[in-house]
Amino acid sequence: MRPLKRTSLIVGGLMLVTVFLWSTPFIWTLVASFRPDSGGGIDMASLWPDYKPTWANFAEAFESGDFAVYYLNTAIVAFGILVVQIVTISLAGYAFARLSFPGRDFIFYVFLLQLMLVPPILIVPNLSMIVDLGLYDTLLGVMLPYFASAFGTFLMRQTFRQIPRDFEEAATIDGAHWWQVLWHVLLPMAKPGLVAFSLVSLMAHWNEFLWPLMVLNDPSNQTLTVGLAAFSMGTEGGKEWGLLAAGTLLVMFPLLALFAVFQRQFVNSFMFSGLKG
Amino acid sequence: MTSIVAQAQAVAVDGPSRRTLRTRLARRWWPYLLLAPSLVFLAAFTYWPIGRVLWDSFYDKVHGEHTTRFVGFGNYVELFKDEAFRQSVLNNIVYAIGTVPLSMALALLFALALQRSGRLNAVMRALLLFPSMIPLVAAASLFFFIFLPGVGLFDYYLGKFGLPVVNWVGDPDVALWSLIGITVWKNAGYYMLFYLAGLQTLPSEVLEAATIDGANGWQRLRHVVVPLLAPTTSFVLVIALINVLTQVDHVIVLTHGGPANSTKLVLYYIFEQAHENFAYGRAAAASVVSVSVLLALSIFSLKTMERGAHAAS
Repeated sequence: MRPLKRTSLIVGGLMLVTVFLWSTPFIWTLVASFRPDSGGGIDMASLWPDYKPTWANFAEAFESGDFAVYYLNTAIVAFGILVVQIVTISLAGYAFARLSFPGRDFIFYVFLLQLMLVPPILIVPNLSMIVDLGLYDTLLGVMLPYFASAFGTFLMRQTFRQIPRDFEEAATIDGAHWWQVLWHVLLPMAKPGLVAFSLVSLMAHWNEFLWPLMVLNDPSNQTLTVGLAAFSMGTEGGKEWGLLAAGTLLVMFPLLALFAVFQRQFVNSFMFSGLKG
Repeated sequence: MTSIVAQAQAVAVDGPSRRTLRTRLARRWWPYLLLAPSLVFLAAFTYWPIGRVLWDSFYDKVHGEHTTRFVGFGNYVELFKDEAFRQSVLNNIVYAIGTVPLSMALALLFALALQRSGRLNAVMRALLLFPSMIPLVAAASLFFFIFLPGVGLFDYYLGKFGLPVVNWVGDPDVALWSLIGITVWKNAGYYMLFYLAGLQTLPSEVLEAATIDGANGWQRLRHVVVPLLAPTTSFVLVIALINVLTQVDHVIVLTHGGPANSTKLVLYYIFEQAHENFAYGRAAAASVVSVSVLLALSIFSLKTMERGAHAAS
């Protein structure tokens, strides 16, 4: 028994060190963002908060970086996509889970293939499409390619399938229409699936960079990631590292807060999302 | 189609059964109506673009005009002649070899070390997961400072141990490995989740039997745990390979593909050709190459997932 215990102590110690090293970028961000302006001095890299904390960096980030606008734009994009997706994936998921019709399996494979053909690989033709639709430099143009979700459809299909048919049959006998059954019976019971999908979708589009970078042009249309990139490339010469740390923290904060609240669902939905990358 | 038309005509003549026939028709069509919103967007932003990018890859812009002309495989020939593209393919291969096995091995080790429940383990799992939740752009911004020569986090602390100063993203021999480091840091915790789930499904009797037979920890890992986790491993492998092909945010923020094309990945090359050089024909040809690789990958992964599903059931 004794050697086993010693091994687990060694493993535990190694993991503590590893996790500490893994977390240093976050520790640095936290420490540096509250550090008073030191003019890019040598101690900027210190992980030790040997100073009187200040909000100055955050205040400056909001003023100089237009972070309030970026927040708003990102929220519009992420929630706008989510709302439309919930409609499209609920309808499609219901059709695949409950109805039989000619060509169902084929259409299902058509959906599945999109799991792999992730949008970043198609940025060039999709951008042409957005330009043709006259949506270049609009938030709608950023959102449009994501309105259908194969992953969400797949998830809703699985969720609906797990719900016993008795509930719907009872409602149908009471004279409910299919949309009433979907809205009042199936969707409330599919809540765990919907929450899982929402977390994944919000996170994916909150974090997205390349596509909004290509579609958006006007500074007042930028999302957080595009703004942060411009911001960090801009500080290159200025050495405003406290400001950069504060800006990065502002971008990450909503996600980390969401994670703290929904930890278990997050882990579960994260696993589901594997294919979405 | 014709039978529906015929039926519809029959309805017009045949009054009384009109209602029931209409509901029958509605019933036949409404599954497709429910799928229509999704199918429209899938068609517009997944299937049509594939056709379009294929088409575009055979055309080239005429200089100084708005028209294009058919050039056959000209764009592909130019593409493979382009030193920068060949370099980007090579970089992508190195990037895959550098990130995929290492992040997967770390993920498995993390999962093995932290699989038992308990508050401390839960906290450590969450901390390892954090990097995968933040935008890649935010990670790149952080590492911008960490890699900064002289005053950055790395040089500041490595200097304390007397290690030499390295130009992490400015040295062509090092830059790609710095990006590989960011990717491993960001993804290992994510892949750990899959291994944690995989470990939970392992039959404990098998492990006990191996222990009773005198297998030590390493032998159990090598001959029992790793083979039983094969479905998880192939699943994670596919995700990791897709990430290798589709994530270039850190390249855009940190290196712009430089120095000397040493960090140019294929998707960054596509982005650069389309967005900065306006060479759409060549960008389209490079996209077709990428999509083909991804399609091959998805056929392979659908097969492995089917096998995984069989193994699970």
